[in-house]
Amino acid sequence: MSLLILAQATGGGSLGCGNPPQRPIFIDAFDFVVKQRESVSGGVCIGGPKEILDLAATHLLISFIAVAIAVLISVPLGLYLGHKGKGEFMAISASNVGRAVPSLALLAFFVAFVGVGYVNVILVLTLLAIPPILTNAYVGVQQVDRDLVGAARGMGLTESQIIRQVELPLAMPTVFAGLRTSAVAVVATATIAPLANVQSLGTPIITPQTYGLAGQIGAALVVALITLVIDAGLGRAQRLSTPKGLTINERGAKRRRFAFLTPRTES
Amino acid sequence: MIEVLAQIQFEKRTGAGCVAENGFCPSWIANNINKYWTPLLEHIYLTVVSLGLGFLIAFSLALLAHRRRWLTGPITGVTGALYTVPSVAAFLLLLPITGRGNLTAIVALVAYTLLILFRNITTGLRNVPADVVDAARGMGLTDGQILRQVELPLALPEILAGVRIALTTTVGLATLAFFAGGGGLGKQIYSESAGTGGLFFKSNVVVAGGLAVLLAAFGDLLILGGQRLALPWRRVTAT
Repeated sequence: MSLLILAQATGGGSLGCGNPPQRPIFIDAFDFVVKQRESVSGGVCIGGPKEILDLAATHLLISFIAVAIAVLISVPLGLYLGHKGKGEFMAISASNVGRAVPSLALLAFFVAFVGVGYVNVILVLTLLAIPPILTNAYVGVQQVDRDLVGAARGMGLTESQIIRQVELPLAMPTVFAGLRTSAVAVVATATIAPLANVQSLGTPIITPQTYGLAGQIGAALVVALITLVIDAGLGRAQRLSTPKGLTINERGAKRRRFAFLTPRTES
Repeated sequence: MIEVLAQIQFEKRTGAGCVAENGFCPSWIANNINKYWTPLLEHIYLTVVSLGLGFLIAFSLALLAHRRRWLTGPITGVTGALYTVPSVAAFLLLLPITGRGNLTAIVALVAYTLLILFRNITTGLRNVPADVVDAARGMGLTDGQILRQVELPLALPEILAGVRIALTTTVGLATLAFFAGGGGLGKQIYSESAGTGGLFFKSNVVVAGGLAVLLAAFGDLLILGGQRLALPWRRVTAT
């Protein structure tokens, strides 16, 4: 039925990048990714591996910077708070508040009040990335058996040694689960970065007047693929980062994958 | 002189000068708040319908996985993949299949609630103490009775915790429904229909974004309140 919507042929073709023939939209979208064509409005060549790779590079770069900053801020903070057993309210409600603020609203707020550009977009993405990592780092350390910490202290380890050599390794699967959530959310949100004048894979999605439906759907396919790959890659890294001792109880390590989605219920 | 003063008076009253300077304009908001009710209602509609359908599907899947344990892994895998695909991409990939409009938005939003709800419902059912189920069976309750009268009531806190998470997530994702041609507060944040350049107009962003956050917070409190009413025995034991 509507799957058979045919791509609209564009006029002209004087640029030499060719016009796509009529065909089902998903095939056309794939063609947009692998081959250049003339834009819907005419006058420029769009699509093709080069443009997609350029956009994907920016997309991944801003995402990576944002997640890296978020890790540098929230992992030490979460570990410290978890170690001290302080700031539970802050660490836990961070992710609740983070979920309640829509990413579009946050981006719009920055665009309207601070301005557009790379710095602002990265700032927005960082703010989105912090809550899951912070909450998971805190929860991860809190879950470490207090007897182990006592034993480490009895063996003469200093507090910072306890954090680095005992609590951090044991909290690693949970920290990684938070990182995974954040990375996927950041890459997803970087799709709306063009609203703040940063060209990412969202550009074809947000400017259909140039890129057409094929461009929109082609870019959406690439974004979806990238997030699935990142999610799977970080899932693998999460398993590799799990200390051997923890994998004895395989279920324990597995269960933490979506730990961020199951906060403790009030009781 | 008088004209200038009159002009200033006029701008103070209507907020025109403030709007021209793209300030945060309480008077503009007061005059234009009516523009926001329809998007708010659309947003509530999208959220409630998606959450309702998502709950029905996730609940059925959870009951299925409760009887056939081996299904839990595959269902978590599939719903997890759905949850991973960015919402903007999902809205667009559905466009050729379901067309522009609220339907596409709802299909995608339902897909996002599934993982959250399924996980919380199965966790809740699994955390019911085996002793309690045994006791119920010993008293002669059938499987169906055990589910309805023992397991589900005891799992309710976890189930409702999942509904709360799914609700706030859906309110947030529904702001992107305009990519699927759906309505809602996101359209108001983004579009020119606010009359002053949507995304770049401070007052518009504050009102539309603020309403979305308030909606999430209000819905969350509503379910929390419902939870306290539905679980009177927990209020008694809670210290």
